[in-house]
Amino acid sequence: MFLEIKDLSVKIENKNILKGLNLNINKGEVHAIMGPNGCGKSTLANVLAGKEDYEILNGKINFKDNDLFDLNIEERAQEGMFLAFQYPVEIPGVNITPFLHSAINSKRKRMNEDEIDNLSFAKLLKSKASDLGINIDMLKRSVNTGFSGGEKKRYEILQMSILNPDLAILDETDSGLDIDALKIVTDGVNKLKTKDNSFLIITHYQKLLDYIKPDYVHVMVNGSIVKSGGSEIAVEIEKDGFQKFQ
Amino acid sequence: MNSETLNTLDSYSKNKYKYGFVTNIDNEKPKKGLNEDTIKFISLKKKEPDWMLQWRLKAFSKWKKMKEPKWANLNFPEIDYQDIYYYSAPKGFEKKPKDLSEVDPKLIETYNKLGIPLEEQKVLAGVAVDVVFDSVSVATTYKGELEKLGIIFCSIGEAIQKHPDLIKKYLGSVIPAGDHSFSALNSAVFTDGSFVYIPEGVKCPMELSTYFRINAENTGQFERTLIIADKGSYVSYLEGCTAPKRDDNQLHAANVELIALEDAEIKYSTVQNWYPGDEDGKGGIYNFVTKRGLCAGKNSKISWTQVETGSAITWKYPSCILKGDNSIGEFYSVAITNNFQQADTGTKMTHIGKNTKSKIISKGISLGKSQNTYRGEVSFLRKADKARNYTQCDSLLVGNRCGAHTVPYIDSKNNTAVIEHEASTSKINEDQLYYCRQRGLSHEEAVSLIVNGFCKQVLQELPMEFAVEAQKLVSISLEGSVG
Repeated sequence: MFLEIKDLSVKIENKNILKGLNLNINKGEVHAIMGPNGCGKSTLANVLAGKEDYEILNGKINFKDNDLFDLNIEERAQEGMFLAFQYPVEIPGVNITPFLHSAINSKRKRMNEDEIDNLSFAKLLKSKASDLGINIDMLKRSVNTGFSGGEKKRYEILQMSILNPDLAILDETDSGLDIDALKIVTDGVNKLKTKDNSFLIITHYQKLLDYIKPDYVHVMVNGSIVKSGGSEIAVEIEKDGFQKFQ
Repeated sequence: MNSETLNTLDSYSKNKYKYGFVTNIDNEKPKKGLNEDTIKFISLKKKEPDWMLQWRLKAFSKWKKMKEPKWANLNFPEIDYQDIYYYSAPKGFEKKPKDLSEVDPKLIETYNKLGIPLEEQKVLAGVAVDVVFDSVSVATTYKGELEKLGIIFCSIGEAIQKHPDLIKKYLGSVIPAGDHSFSALNSAVFTDGSFVYIPEGVKCPMELSTYFRINAENTGQFERTLIIADKGSYVSYLEGCTAPKRDDNQLHAANVELIALEDAEIKYSTVQNWYPGDEDGKGGIYNFVTKRGLCAGKNSKISWTQVETGSAITWKYPSCILKGDNSIGEFYSVAITNNFQQADTGTKMTHIGKNTKSKIISKGISLGKSQNTYRGEVSFLRKADKARNYTQCDSLLVGNRCGAHTVPYIDSKNNTAVIEHEASTSKINEDQLYYCRQRGLSHEEAVSLIVNGFCKQVLQELPMEFAVEAQKLVSISLEGSVG
């Protein structure tokens, strides 16, 4: 099993958020989690990435034969987990190029691969950026600083395509995007998709799933998954909302 | 602040200082203590003319009547001026060596270890260096090449002998001996330092640099630097400093004077990395420095850039007197304090001429149990029509046991003056750390990246050759690990 979440319960500040959640993802699969606001979707994404604000009450997570709770945030990232943030934070003064260069090299180091040199990295970055329709001038700017919502999301996808993760978690990547931006972002994801990597797409709306075809759709309500199936579920939600699952 | 951040911070505060070694070299010192005999000894050792000795003695008599300035936000025990050596020179330094073959190999080794090779061919391309070890200048590189352009770059001791007219005219002209007790002290006992004169219309083709090293125990270093940029000239100058690790505090009280004549520009950069003391606050340099530049002529410009990471105590306010019309003063500062370090640093911009402009960018980073104060004074005199100042002070707190303080003074006697002031204080942002680590960077890398980003506006003002070094130094000051 590639990612196995077993009976996961999590609380934050005395509030139970996840309540006995189970989810299995195999290599090469695209899973979508849909659910109303406050159901715990983003909590799941952050618990997977290792954010430290949460208290794990119960459960196990296995990721690529590791007990995920044995790994800290950066080790999980280096093992190939990537979280595209819902609200990417601005880091003034930190240029995107050296930032990503350090990131890719820390991953390579863990995988016992040679570091990538400046020149090859610059080439890689340029070609990935032009694939995503990102202006080269934008690569000279500081991480997320002064970016529009759409630019930030595009940057997340650029970083994802550079780091080439085994498991990419997209946390409400569609929120705040117009149709054109949504198309660019989803095109990026589709290009990256292979039989060896997996995606976990968290979304509130069905629209995103018109562009990225999931193998499985899960409905999450009140901290656990209440229904799983194929993309027909997304259509159901589009029609009737989450009401009937609650 | 979560537990992991605190752990990383703890590891940061176990500060390891890379330059803490001692060179075992015989040195020559007078008796401890400060009196007229000490000053005569120094003057004699330096083979100074009598007028210089009299100048020193006059300063000394002023010092005797003065008290240390007490307004800074600093706590330290009374300095016992009679328990300090005021001069220390490696034996055999009666005369400055003519070339490196005359220099003790131990000294050359010391500078190799510090990353400052004295052989010209190994020196950073395009940087001329004057190297000061305790109280004497050891070597000055590229001197010949600079002489062809009429540029004088030598130790201040040599300048007193060879260029008395310039010294008599300018020494103490920007910082009068009686300005305050540390300037009086320095004027009485200064030992070495650098002297630069750039002739009219000459753009100095390379970075000039002085490297200060305190080695001997219980010894104060009192350097004196004087830079004169004649009409239409330009020079960029950089100083760096280190000292061995010791449990005693050592005193460093420097005076630096800059004079920019009409249309001249001086860019002065400092990378200060004196021994900061250990994680319990034991030892470290007391750094009481007076730096002041005079924009004497119209359209002149003086720019100070400092990266202050060392010293147990930093008391330092590089200032500009904007006398010439349209003259410009700038101050860019990064001050990092860790463990028990205390820094009270900032600037003074005095607008005298019309259309004078000043800009202050200060970035303070506090870690451990340190205290970091920005103190700045901007004043506009009566005739400073349409003068402008822009001040930006940002403080970053890392951990919850440190302090950041901002103390701006503004004094305007001219109602056409325009003043802008922006200030911010923030804690290191957990979301930024999370974001960096999610991309695979370690906690330490993430902190260093974020802090470097915070300082970028200042670091980019440094000459290119040193910007990379300074970035590394910032990271090392945070990590406490040997780079």
